[in-house]
Amino acid sequence: MHSIYNFVSGPMVWVAFIVFIGGCLYRLLSMGILAAKRDNVIFSYASPYYGMRSILRWLTPFATTNMRKHPGMTVVTFIFHFCLLLSPLFVYGHIALISESWNVSWWYLPDSVGDVMAFLVVGACAFFMIRRLKDPEVKYLTSASDFVILAIVAAPFLTGFWTYHQWPGYSICGILHILSGEIMLMAIPFTRLSHMIFFPFTRGYIGSEFGAVRHVQDW
Amino acid sequence: MLDSAKNMKTSLIRDEGIIKSASVLTDEQVRKVINDVLKNETGARLKTYVDTCVHCGLCSEACHYYLSHDKDPSYSPAGKVKQTMWEMIKRKGDVGTAAIQRMSEIASTECNLCRRCAMYCPLGVDIAYIMLVVRRICNKLGVTPTYIEDTSHSHSVTMNQMWVKDDEWIDTLQWQEEEAAEEIPNLRIPLDKEGADFMYSVIGPEPKFRAQLIYQAAVIFNAAGLNWTMPSSPGWDNSDMAMYTGDHEIMGRVKKVHFETAMRLKVKRIVMGECGHAFRSVYDMGNRWLGWKMPPLPMVHSIEFFHDLIKEGKLKLKKKFESPVTLHDPCNVVRGRGLHEMARYIVGESCEEFIEMHPNREHNYCCCAGGGVINCGPPYRNTRVDGNRIKAEQLFAAKSRGAKTIIAPCHNCHGGLEDIVEHYGLHMDIKFFGDILYDLIEKPE
Repeated sequence: MHSIYNFVSGPMVWVAFIVFIGGCLYRLLSMGILAAKRDNVIFSYASPYYGMRSILRWLTPFATTNMRKHPGMTVVTFIFHFCLLLSPLFVYGHIALISESWNVSWWYLPDSVGDVMAFLVVGACAFFMIRRLKDPEVKYLTSASDFVILAIVAAPFLTGFWTYHQWPGYSICGILHILSGEIMLMAIPFTRLSHMIFFPFTRGYIGSEFGAVRHVQDW
Repeated sequence: MLDSAKNMKTSLIRDEGIIKSASVLTDEQVRKVINDVLKNETGARLKTYVDTCVHCGLCSEACHYYLSHDKDPSYSPAGKVKQTMWEMIKRKGDVGTAAIQRMSEIASTECNLCRRCAMYCPLGVDIAYIMLVVRRICNKLGVTPTYIEDTSHSHSVTMNQMWVKDDEWIDTLQWQEEEAAEEIPNLRIPLDKEGADFMYSVIGPEPKFRAQLIYQAAVIFNAAGLNWTMPSSPGWDNSDMAMYTGDHEIMGRVKKVHFETAMRLKVKRIVMGECGHAFRSVYDMGNRWLGWKMPPLPMVHSIEFFHDLIKEGKLKLKKKFESPVTLHDPCNVVRGRGLHEMARYIVGESCEEFIEMHPNREHNYCCCAGGGVINCGPPYRNTRVDGNRIKAEQLFAAKSRGAKTIIAPCHNCHGGLEDIVEHYGLHMDIKFFGDILYDLIEKPE
């Protein structure tokens, strides 16, 4: 058990971050090269002003027509992404580990807040899963991989929550927590989770086309 | 259940051209052409769109087909991508000759490329672009609906959409000039006048079926005292169905002749009639194919042109149009150029009572004729009419609040709305801005 723990919390962390960061850079770079080769028109129409206008608009809750049409989904999506991105960076357990290894640390969330955030992420994943199973327009588009991705995202938060509360089997859960976090990181560049890195480009480009060429808003 | 519904649709391919072309194709040819286009003609955009789509279904309610078919998910924008592009990519082109027929129908007749879904996708995926790639693949295989393919051939041969011969074109203009001279004796339709302020360009169906629109435009320009011209040679037609079949090569040839004609006449700009898709071709797509970021010379749509004429006091109106009107915002000049407020200015200046339809402006529902769908002809009339029940409901709501006339500043919208008004028994008139202004302006004695 100890050796597994040492492995996932040692070398495996390095592997995960190298794959995550390297993978993201590789995806962005190769997409950029492909764009220059085949779609270089993108660069001439890209407008920083209108691109940002669109990105910021779509990052503001209820600022677009479609968000107002689906209030439940909007609330859940924003809470989900907010907690998903922030809690791993500011939860005490993570900062304590980093501080132990490198003697650097930063502001952290009160335990209870981190706990609630993890719960919200898992709850949101359940909501997305139910939506995939129940809503015909989502079900139609859903394949097995969509559930796998949901599981990849939910797992680190579910296991983190479990471990924090020291529920039965929490020591194994702790290992699973680290491992599933690493899997999620490595999955980001190579699955549909890559919308994390491509969102600014797809959103920014359609915003540029709508704003700079067509003189119309895209929300 | 959904799969069986899909299969049922496959067995109901209505277009003879699609069936015949597919009958001489092999699965191997289909595979080769798909992979050819995907590898050599698409790149980062298509790849990112397909990789980034998180299958959330939030684009669904943008689509009038989806809303009109009781929210059948196979009509949602992403649902249509799933049945076409996802299949092509997943099977590495190996979709076979049977499936390609249905894919052609989905891309050509169940999507108007209206780009409303682009405003609903949180990630900004341009689904119209994906559908256009599907159309291009189908076109390269010859499985494009017959009627629109014929139109594209007409473009290729005559440089206009309707097989109008060179002498018929000049003849039609002179005929309209004579007709108008009965009303305004000194009225001219100036042909090939070098250095005029603008070249007026129309779409093929105007000389063919709606010649009175050219008459009306001439009267309006005459009343405003404008220095204008029309070309006597091919290049007068700004329309472009090749853009919608995915035949970019023909699109490029047609637009090149159009731009060169304006250059030859040394006009300051092009003013185009009330057409939406032609605007998209001249302003957005044809120019790009030719390597121009924006059109090589200034061009404006009639909405902007009339707006400016009224605002500058060049067109004076005797009275206002009395019957209550509603305004249909055409996708290609609203989502394509943001002319909705200018259109409302013209309505405000020229009509007594204006009743908005909802949704409106850039959120308006498509007419279901655009994107070349009406040009796919009679086999797909019901696809358009049944596929846009939501438009009938939207119009009916405006009618119930008093609207009697629909202003639709786009030819395809006219065609589509006429069918919808007739099929759903809405009994509303449909007019161009040109119709209204022609009636209301002060004409010189």
